[in-house]
Amino acid sequence: MDLAKNRDVAASDTVPATAKDSAPEAVSGAERPTPLLDVRDVSVEFPTAGRDWVTSVQNVSFQLMPGESMALVGESGSGKTVTSLAVMGLTEATGGRLSSGSVTFDGNELTGRPAKEWRKVRGPGMGMIFQQPIRSLNPAYTVGDQIAESVRKHLGLSRRQAEAKSVEMLEMVQIPRAAERAKEYPHAFSGGMCQRVMIAMVMACNPRLLIADEPTTALDVTVQETILDLLRDVQQQTGVALLFISHDLAVVAEICQRVAVMYAGEVIESAPAVDLFFRPQHPYSSGLLASIPRPGLSVDRRLRTIPGGIPAPGTWPAGCRFAPRCEFAQSGRCDTTHPPLDVVSTGGLSRCLRADELALDGVVT
Amino acid sequence: MLRYAGRRLLAAIPLLFVVPLLVFILIDRAPGDQAVVLAGENPTPERIASIREQLGLDDPLIVRYFDWVVHAIRGDLGTSLLSDQRVIDLLLRRMATTMSLVLVAMVMAVLVGAVLAILSAMRPGGFFDRFINWAASVAIAIPAFWFGLVLASLFAVTYQIFPPFGYQPMSEGFGTWLSYLVLPGIALGLLPAAEVALQLRSALGQVLKTDYVLNAEAKGLSRPTIVMKHGLKNAAIPVITVLGFRVAEVLAGSVTIEIVYNMPGLGQLAVDSVQNRDIPVLLGFVLFSTIVVVLVNLLVDISYGYFNPKVRS
Repeated sequence: MDLAKNRDVAASDTVPATAKDSAPEAVSGAERPTPLLDVRDVSVEFPTAGRDWVTSVQNVSFQLMPGESMALVGESGSGKTVTSLAVMGLTEATGGRLSSGSVTFDGNELTGRPAKEWRKVRGPGMGMIFQQPIRSLNPAYTVGDQIAESVRKHLGLSRRQAEAKSVEMLEMVQIPRAAERAKEYPHAFSGGMCQRVMIAMVMACNPRLLIADEPTTALDVTVQETILDLLRDVQQQTGVALLFISHDLAVVAEICQRVAVMYAGEVIESAPAVDLFFRPQHPYSSGLLASIPRPGLSVDRRLRTIPGGIPAPGTWPAGCRFAPRCEFAQSGRCDTTHPPLDVVSTGGLSRCLRADELALDGVVT
Repeated sequence: MLRYAGRRLLAAIPLLFVVPLLVFILIDRAPGDQAVVLAGENPTPERIASIREQLGLDDPLIVRYFDWVVHAIRGDLGTSLLSDQRVIDLLLRRMATTMSLVLVAMVMAVLVGAVLAILSAMRPGGFFDRFINWAASVAIAIPAFWFGLVLASLFAVTYQIFPPFGYQPMSEGFGTWLSYLVLPGIALGLLPAAEVALQLRSALGQVLKTDYVLNAEAKGLSRPTIVMKHGLKNAAIPVITVLGFRVAEVLAGSVTIEIVYNMPGLGQLAVDSVQNRDIPVLLGFVLFSTIVVVLVNLLVDISYGYFNPKVRS
């Protein structure tokens, strides 16, 4: 309980701080330089038990500027991880296929390119850390070896140089006795330490984009904070852009300038973090914010929850996908028209037909 | 690790006593009488009785067994009833042939099986993957002796590439030695090769779905690196285990292959000893096979330390 509160204090402290860094017009993108990452209308399908393909992510678009940090937020099953794997070009590797859309990285369209070209971008261009750091490291090789193989392949370092580089990277992620620990196997590391190793591994190739898929979810609450601090440090030191995937808005508030909220395979709201937190433009975002536990909330008041559950891919409703769970839904309107992702009065994007009619609650301070 | 290996070795020692005991019981229960065989044609009952006396066949089974054990521990496996040669000499002389055959068959099985499994795993569900799966299933159903005959008639008779039968020791030159072993080695190695291919393919399939392989993809490593480095070492563990058992099978299979290719190995010796009720030789062969299987399994256990670092610590 205490730890959850602490995190929340940190969250509400950092929201205004990060807000200063993020330009209010971040979403409109009028006079901005070319984005580092441009995801347009990406849809991903997976095979079902019978030979059909079911769409699990539909027409997802977003951009990420160099050095920017953005969060993809949503419940499990909303399509965050599938989206991030599509950005990495790993859709096929996980059994799915891209049914539409394009991923442009640093001005180069990558969609449809041969696997070989993707493999040159993964590593020096973009890297990814995962939800299960222990399972993401190969148990049969030392952590030093696993860091070294990346830099040998992408930076062309010799064996000895690569070994030195892996020790240097382990030092950067603050692993004590780095030189000795580089020679140890993953089973000798805790979850938090494995995530540090993962960060060292990804950053060793000096990528321009770091994708972090729920990097703290599998870790102890006490360790979560240190990993977030590390990610923030790494980002400040290297200027790497961060695509942070999380279901936890409190965590997102600490680290991201912009937030895109996903629900049932699509982005339903996208805005600078501060706007989203204080003036959400979609009932789902508002509901998510209301369900964050926070200090000062009287003990006997129950935390708000959103009734129902996220619909599984293939069972999405025809109109607004959130309508069945939405307290503001109007029958004959929300349940029939699938709302587009439109610019709303705050300047952000919302997929709610009633966005401009409703005055939704943000974070209560 | 060394202590672990030592413990495993100690645990295997009872096996060396139990297996010969089972053979004693089997021979005792089996019809026929070795004294009758040894007595030659038209023996008189007196002659048979005297041979029985001489061989101690009238003693109870347990006495004969302990007598054999006591001698075996001293390194004395007795003498052949047929040739009067010491069993240990017979075994040593023929051991090289059989071990060469088993070695070539196993090396071939591992190499061919591993290459096929790796190629299949490069593109899961692809044509090659499905073809190998089918071909390996067929290969498992092919009897080794029949395959041996087909190979001999094809590559030694029709196309005279390899010698049709026999064996030359390595002292006659490596090439000569190998040329005599290629066909029997393929015949004997077909089954374990198919099994290695299927097992390793299945193990690789599991490993290639793990998070650390996805991470290897995310690192931009090439597909061959991912399969050969990140996949193979982890997938090898279950295959190595199976391989230990397969060595016993191949050793058993070498008996028929040695007959088909007329190779003067232990298999021939074993068949002769069964047919002629040459019990000391048969027991020697059984003991030798047991030792080989025990040692191979020990090697398998030790190799876990290499493939799985967790075992080491």
